[in-house]
Amino acid sequence: MPLGSPRLHPMTSAINCEDVRISYGDLQVLRGVSFDVSAGQGVVLLGANGCGKSTLMRSLNKLEKLQSGTIRIHGESLTDASGRQLRQIRRGMGYVFQHFNLVPQFSAFQNVLLGAMGRHRMGLLSCLSSTASTAERGKAMECLERVGMADRALHRPSELSGGQQQRVAIARMLMQAPKLVIADEPIASLDPKAGREVLDLLWRIVREEGLSMLCTLHQLDLAQEYADRIIGMKAGRVEIDAPIAELDINQLSALYSGMTRVDAGRTDAAA
Amino acid sequence: MSQTTGLPPRFVAPSALTWVLVVGFAAFFIQGVVASEISLDRLVRGAGNFVRFIGQAVPPDFSRAPNIAEAMLETLNIAVVGVTVGCLLSIPLALLAARNTAPNGAVRTLTRFVISVARTIPDLIWALIFVVTVGLGPLAGILAIVMDTIGFAARFFSERFEEVQKGPSESLTATGAGRLSVIFGAILPESFASMTATSLFSVEKAIRSAVTLGLVGAGGIGVELSTAMRLFRYDEAAAIILVILVVVIAFEQLSSSIRKRII
Repeated sequence: MPLGSPRLHPMTSAINCEDVRISYGDLQVLRGVSFDVSAGQGVVLLGANGCGKSTLMRSLNKLEKLQSGTIRIHGESLTDASGRQLRQIRRGMGYVFQHFNLVPQFSAFQNVLLGAMGRHRMGLLSCLSSTASTAERGKAMECLERVGMADRALHRPSELSGGQQQRVAIARMLMQAPKLVIADEPIASLDPKAGREVLDLLWRIVREEGLSMLCTLHQLDLAQEYADRIIGMKAGRVEIDAPIAELDINQLSALYSGMTRVDAGRTDAAA
Repeated sequence: MSQTTGLPPRFVAPSALTWVLVVGFAAFFIQGVVASEISLDRLVRGAGNFVRFIGQAVPPDFSRAPNIAEAMLETLNIAVVGVTVGCLLSIPLALLAARNTAPNGAVRTLTRFVISVARTIPDLIWALIFVVTVGLGPLAGILAIVMDTIGFAARFFSERFEEVQKGPSESLTATGAGRLSVIFGAILPESFASMTATSLFSVEKAIRSAVTLGLVGAGGIGVELSTAMRLFRYDEAAAIILVILVVVIAFEQLSSSIRKRII
């Protein structure tokens, strides 16, 4: 199979995965995942708990190491990237986490400023509230305004609600000025109303900025509402990959029945 | 149900290993009591001597108060300077020793070895070593406190770094930030409160050690105390011990009230 040159994968492809495999010990979590997200496309990744979604999302940022296969982000191979090259790829990719992952000791403003660390040679030293340039400080404040959190700039995460914390995390992602957004269950820890608001905000920003997005969700109705395309995973493999118009709710529901987990059958085998 | 499985037994026979440990410990204990020639007669004589010591020590003699104050100040100097340098040196060492911040396994193992050497050798032995290398006086005391603090603080710092929740540092890594930025942007801020508490505890510990370091000539109030004892000036010794007591207790109160405010 011609897995080689980047020329085969035009620059319009924001994410390109080919036969991605990851295992923990003898547990195969990703069993040959291949898909492609073109630039500017908003894709929702669906799948039951334990089907390998999060592992896939983390591997896109190389927070998880591949066993085999290739991942290209905007045409650049993530698989062999390390050091400066890896940081360069990561810089173009905003990551929104389920648990927000703000630094608890810093204010919302300082947390947003940290989003700019990747683009400064001095890293943290250029991104502290006291040392950052006026331009960067202004930009951080703009990002907070955009997510409606400007009035809470000096609050610490513990003084904010879950929805507000996720807004700050989105502002941090905006500060990073990425071309691609990976959102790993961004509303799974929020109540339905706050979740809806945050998801609205996230997709609006992604559309306004013309970003590419890969987002995992558990709500089929929301997935159908926001996504251009849906990728469905089941037990470590891509089961569905189709534009939203070609899918009906029954096909999506099937992702959640039967053998969905990557560790299914292990207990039977052990017994 | 109880017919098939039966009631659990009331007593379970200890394992062979337990027997070996218990018998071994008992033997060692008895041998220790015999070897140190503990006898009722000696204890009674000791009690008599203790009463005589107290008799000569009361009332405490504060006539050398200025000297005592000066020596106490030197002790505090040794403790504060030693702890500050020790805690500052502990941060890089702890970063090299913690699983999530060490550059590689070899560096981590080496650093952990250095830290455990600093911890395993008691402060008094460090003081003896430094008295030999840099001579009598407070510098030897400071160096001894530095080593003692590293052994203690670097270990606690590195354990704290390892306990830090992964999320914030992962989110900074994901922005393309370098390793040092992630460490100073997420791991250190999260550990800061606990590091301050550890450092304050190190100060308390260091004041107690600095008092005894003088006994081997490493400066501070211990020099005064050992001189007074050797000259049988028990009333002067009592004054010194009282001053030590007051200062140590005052510092413990101060540091615990600061700790409460931070945590």
